[in-house]
Amino acid sequence: MSVVIEYAPLLGRGLLTTLLITMLGIALTLVVAFAAGLARLSRFWLLRAPAYVFIEVFRGTSMIVQLFWFFYALPFLGIEFTPIAAAVLVLGLNEGAYAAEVVRGAIVTRPTGQTEACIALGLSPAQRMRRVLLPQAIPAMLPPFGNVFVDLLKATSLVSLVTIVDLTFTAQSIRNETGETTAIFTVILVMYFILAMALSLLTRWLEGRFAIDRSGRPALTKPVIGGQGAIPA
Amino acid sequence: MTAPAESHDSGSMITFAGVDKSWGANHVLRSLDFEVAAGEKVSIIGPSGSGKTTILRILMTLETPDDGLVTVEGQSLWDARNGARPKETKQMRVTRRKIGMVFQQFNLFPHMTAMENVIEAPIKVLGMSKDDARERATDLMEMVGLSKHLEHKPPQLSGGQQQRVAIARAMAMRPKILLFDEPTSALDPELIGEVLSVIRDLAHSTDMTMLMVTHEMRFAEEISDRVVMFDSGAAIEQGPPQQIFKDPSHERTRLFLRAVLER
Amino acid sequence: MIWSNEFALEILPVLLRGLWVTVQLTLLGFLISLVVGLVVAVVRFAKIPVLSQLCTLYVLFMRGTPLLVQAYFAFYVLPAYGVTLSSFATGVVVIGLNYSAYTAEVYRSGIEGVATGQWEAATALSLPPRSTWNRVVLPQAVRSVIPVLGNYLIQMFKDSAVLSAIGVIDLMRAANTLGSSSFRYLEPFTLAGLLFLIISYTASIGVKRLEHRYAPAH
Repeated sequence: MSVVIEYAPLLGRGLLTTLLITMLGIALTLVVAFAAGLARLSRFWLLRAPAYVFIEVFRGTSMIVQLFWFFYALPFLGIEFTPIAAAVLVLGLNEGAYAAEVVRGAIVTRPTGQTEACIALGLSPAQRMRRVLLPQAIPAMLPPFGNVFVDLLKATSLVSLVTIVDLTFTAQSIRNETGETTAIFTVILVMYFILAMALSLLTRWLEGRFAIDRSGRPALTKPVIGGQGAIPA
Repeated sequence: MTAPAESHDSGSMITFAGVDKSWGANHVLRSLDFEVAAGEKVSIIGPSGSGKTTILRILMTLETPDDGLVTVEGQSLWDARNGARPKETKQMRVTRRKIGMVFQQFNLFPHMTAMENVIEAPIKVLGMSKDDARERATDLMEMVGLSKHLEHKPPQLSGGQQQRVAIARAMAMRPKILLFDEPTSALDPELIGEVLSVIRDLAHSTDMTMLMVTHEMRFAEEISDRVVMFDSGAAIEQGPPQQIFKDPSHERTRLFLRAVLER
Repeated sequence: MIWSNEFALEILPVLLRGLWVTVQLTLLGFLISLVVGLVVAVVRFAKIPVLSQLCTLYVLFMRGTPLLVQAYFAFYVLPAYGVTLSSFATGVVVIGLNYSAYTAEVYRSGIEGVATGQWEAATALSLPPRSTWNRVVLPQAVRSVIPVLGNYLIQMFKDSAVLSAIGVIDLMRAANTLGSSSFRYLEPFTLAGLLFLIISYTASIGVKRLEHRYAPAH
């Protein structure tokens, strides 16, 4: 245990790196998820097909393989990223591919009556998506998103394998130096666990925030049609 | 009103004494006193939510009474008197074996064939050998008219066929008491007759005690020794079928029958 | 030319040997996760005091911590307590236990999905608990979640690459070693990625077929 206390500052820096990569990764994941997810639903084949390929490729290959490829193989094609940039990119693209399916699934499962009402009212497809379908789909996306975020947090541990000094890398190097194994690894396991629980709680809070039918609380995005209890702008 | 409950040594097959059951604010059974004699065929009729099904479910130990005493053949099944919270006991398990139930939704095991459905409990509970169980199952399936469907699985059978298999399955355990919870309510109209026919045979040819909750009034009239009219958690009237159906004394019975029979 | 077909063909056999290790690792690990997960799920559902809570904690912890760190933990800590396993064996156990937390959740949803009427019919027939579980509930529960389990198998196949970090000579490590020894990383990692992609994509189509067979849309 004394080892842990001695190296606490180091662990703290590793933790900050992990948090930084996690947050950047989540941001990119959300962007990619909506871009690819909505593209999959587009009328235009030119948008749908690449999105499909992107999603299948990034879901079908291992994240660690992607990390190594971006870090070691890509330079051969002339493109070089800094380690953190490569890491955030891979995390965002990989988890974004999974999250894209969540986005698509949540939108597709909205009752067809909503779409039909929009058509009857003369709303354009873009308006329909933006004002009616998406606001209703977002509450349905949040629980699976929660899983994606926790997955991303856990995946950040892999960046330790491409020389990034995150929490796991720090633990490994402390182990190398001191030979202490149990205490160090137990501590970081607990730290990851606490972070994962915190992320889950955050997501649940977001679910409450975005819910359409909670009495008294207006939805963050106000739906035009079909918002049960939401106060129109 | 029914006669006050006698001590549970009265020789009745089933007794309910002061049984209470509530679901939250819904008082489903109110201090119910109820008796069934051995070999009696009793039909329970009444509006939804009147507590009829709850009686069967308490007997089958699917629900726990909040108060009162339930006995079967003189043995206590549930003793919830004086605030006692009854739990499952060995005696209860022994007593429960004398009771069988046919469900509204059949509840056959969909991943087993009809034959397997019928022999499962005799083998596992009664310790019968597989051959003996199959022999009994074959006889029972013939009795319900499904000899050709022994190897079929429930999804391959019609609702009426499934319910008949369910009856054979319950009969395989040689129950002394057989409960029927609206056995034909989930069936398409044209399939009701075949199931009622089987129940009719059972009523006429066995000395089982039969307790049936049903909306099939004509059928109830035909096979019952006694008909009980339930409303709001109490048995408001009971008697021989001719009396209840032709000349009910209670106003609510009259209203109910008029609503149901006038279709 | 950046890409060398010659080199690619040269290293393919080594990569395929690594792939074979990956496959074995995955199948054995999956077996463990299937068995352990089922036990955990049944214990949780049966609400046995203390044991059930421990199982819930187990599930939360295994799902809430990274596989890589769990692998390091097992690899470095176990020997300190007298348990020395090969990298491969350690990898199988770690990934098996890790995924058992997921399969436990899958089984749980399957068990909860079995109609109440089935439990009631078993009570009406006086079936003892063991028969009720083994003959009535579990067959239906497991059958209904086979496609989901199939997806987790595919996921495990991809995740297994992480175990290369504790010395398992799988596809990932083979590619890494080839790259570092020849200073050519493009071909090994690209081919490794393609191999993962081909197998998991084909498998996912197979799982979709399973979906049609075992769990048609409700």
